[in-house]
Amino acid sequence: MSSDALAIRGAEIEGRPWVEALHDWITTVDHKRLGILYILYALLFLVIGGLEAIVIRIQLMRPHSDFVSPQVFNRMFTMHGTTMIFFVIMPVMFGFANYLVPLMIGARDMAFPRLNAFSFWLTAFGGFLLYFSFLGGSGLYGAGNAPDVGWWAYAPLTSRAFSPGHSADYWTIAVLVSGFGSIGTATNIIATILSMRCPGMTLGRMPLMGWMTLVMSGLVLISISPLSAAQIMLIVDRYLGGHFFDTQAGGSATLWMHFFWIFGHPEVYILVIPAFAFASEIIPTFSRKPIFGYPVMVAATVCIGFISMSVWAHHMFTIGMDSAANTFFVLTTMAIAVPTGIKIFNWLGTMWGGKIQFKTPMLFCVAFLFQFLAAGLTGVMLGAAPFNWQLSGSYFVVAHFHYVIVGAILFCIFGAIYYWYPKITGRMLNESLGKLHFWLFVIGFHLTFDPMHIPGLMGMPRRIYTYEPGRGWDSWNLIVSIGAFIQGVATLLFLVNLIVSYFKGPKAGNDPWDAWTLEWSVSSPPPAYNFAVIPTVESRRPLWDRKHPEDPDSRYE
Amino acid sequence: MSATITPFAQTPEAWKLPYRSKVGMACLIIAESAIFTIFVVAYLYYAGKSLTGPTPREVLQTPIFYTICLLSSSLTIHFASRFLERRARGAFLGFWFLTILLGGLFLYGTGQEWHRLIYEHGLTISTNLFGTTYYSLVGLHAFHVTVGLILLSIVFLFGLTGRVGSEQSARVEVLSMYWHFVDAVWVVVFSVVYILGR
Repeated sequence: MSSDALAIRGAEIEGRPWVEALHDWITTVDHKRLGILYILYALLFLVIGGLEAIVIRIQLMRPHSDFVSPQVFNRMFTMHGTTMIFFVIMPVMFGFANYLVPLMIGARDMAFPRLNAFSFWLTAFGGFLLYFSFLGGSGLYGAGNAPDVGWWAYAPLTSRAFSPGHSADYWTIAVLVSGFGSIGTATNIIATILSMRCPGMTLGRMPLMGWMTLVMSGLVLISISPLSAAQIMLIVDRYLGGHFFDTQAGGSATLWMHFFWIFGHPEVYILVIPAFAFASEIIPTFSRKPIFGYPVMVAATVCIGFISMSVWAHHMFTIGMDSAANTFFVLTTMAIAVPTGIKIFNWLGTMWGGKIQFKTPMLFCVAFLFQFLAAGLTGVMLGAAPFNWQLSGSYFVVAHFHYVIVGAILFCIFGAIYYWYPKITGRMLNESLGKLHFWLFVIGFHLTFDPMHIPGLMGMPRRIYTYEPGRGWDSWNLIVSIGAFIQGVATLLFLVNLIVSYFKGPKAGNDPWDAWTLEWSVSSPPPAYNFAVIPTVESRRPLWDRKHPEDPDSRYE
Repeated sequence: MSATITPFAQTPEAWKLPYRSKVGMACLIIAESAIFTIFVVAYLYYAGKSLTGPTPREVLQTPIFYTICLLSSSLTIHFASRFLERRARGAFLGFWFLTILLGGLFLYGTGQEWHRLIYEHGLTISTNLFGTTYYSLVGLHAFHVTVGLILLSIVFLFGLTGRVGSEQSARVEVLSMYWHFVDAVWVVVFSVVYILGR
């Protein structure tokens, strides 16, 4: 069966007026187009959130700086955090899940295409609403525009007394709306994976990306919902005069912390499990070996999903819980390092003895392995309550979670874009620009986040607007800021590569990496209906079976 | 494993996966359960912590009759969908209408209780912690009943115009899953508000 014959002819599309093409994109229910929309939307917000980070770093570059006012500084770190979590990483993960999962499991679309479009637009408008606060947040009070309550918005900062105007409302409603979008997409992904797999694609033969996306979606259902509930309570407090988080009427600020972190910690795993999924697809392909320990990988992922629901209060050691609670959360936090460690060994086991090809996607994944390990180690340190009492709320914590989110998650996202860009656009990304991007980004990353631990250990609190000279923080902060600029330049190079290669890149063909999952069996980009004939699979590597009929995997599984 | 070496071969027989709408509804129910859990936790956490009155013991009356109405509507919707499967259209419509009636009665009961609390006891959502948690938890449930009633009524209207047959019974089954969930949540809300919280 030649799938080239199924490609859509370009001439048909190019002849149409641009308004019609735009209309097609806006009203689309095709999982591939929605996936691309998710990813483009996330890249737009990546640039915006990155610019906010640059503002923060310019302000902190030297002591007693007055580059921005304290009010603007508070808005910058609030918007940076909210944007990067809710409007960059979650959409990009949903984008890849949308694009790849149906192709990988041999389906023609998601289970509910219209729900898919609806969820995307909810998320999209959530982001636009958040940024509209720069214009509309002042309300009638003229009191500040964008939200400045921090991304976890602790009570009572969000009460009417401390957040007059509408900035906190924009934050709440934006997060609530995009949360509903996430729940819709997660529902869709689970229904797709459980009900739309092609014949022979048993759960045990599903690519690891499918499994990990399934676990991630389950986590979205159980942990985004508490956040939505807490946001509804906050709206009741702010608009109807309720007392959920109003300490003057007997309400509790601590309850908000619990509700927020019941969401907040599983959220970390919602973000990192898809990153694991990318690594689990990319590393085997470029090591020329099937994934090592597939069932253990699946078990470890499910295990992480469960344990991640019981560790939330390690964000709250400093509020003064009793020793039983402290002990419980220390132990669960330590326990989650075990399945995560198993995964790292499995990726190393996959590379061990393989014919490793250091293409750009692989480079990003290898860096991910090292950096994720380091991030995990500082995580275990912070998971010990006494250590945490000392360093909670310091730059050590900031350095730790940026090591996870940038060093592990963002690196995997870059790897995934280099890996699947040929499938999505039909063109290869420029390899030399890609390598330059990689090395610049690695240098920028380590220049930023390695030294950042040290002012934290020396007592520099997070979220401070400026600091006194002579505390030993000055040169560290300067180095951190220089690193941030290098990361910015590297990201610009990456964007240039995305745009230039779209027009000038060499044609990719169906299967540029000689990979083994079903998405590489169709043309690049795939036709609207994905598969002319729904495939039947007999092993975990259906394309290997097709390329090597003399020695198929199905013989050994 | 089979001995065939031609990949992408014939469709294996009996390749059956769960109905996607059922899976979707189950996911919605899981997410909704998490939302309700948080509201229930808030209710229990704040029980007895109001700084001012009125307290639940003073003002709440156990809505036994309306609870029986709502719970029995789970039975009627079950019978309705069974009848639809067996192509008994008349019985289906009858039981379906009974379900809507019982749900509506429950909603009327909630409305009446709220009216009494607001006008006789001066308890609103901003009076004290009890008011805040009570109205938001019971209100969240009543909102779900309302959504359910709208969906049930749409199906009823389609049924009257003769567009719901046994071929739709799988879809009707999905809606009845939601209705059972709304009823089950009431069991929890009832125990928390009228038994534990007093």
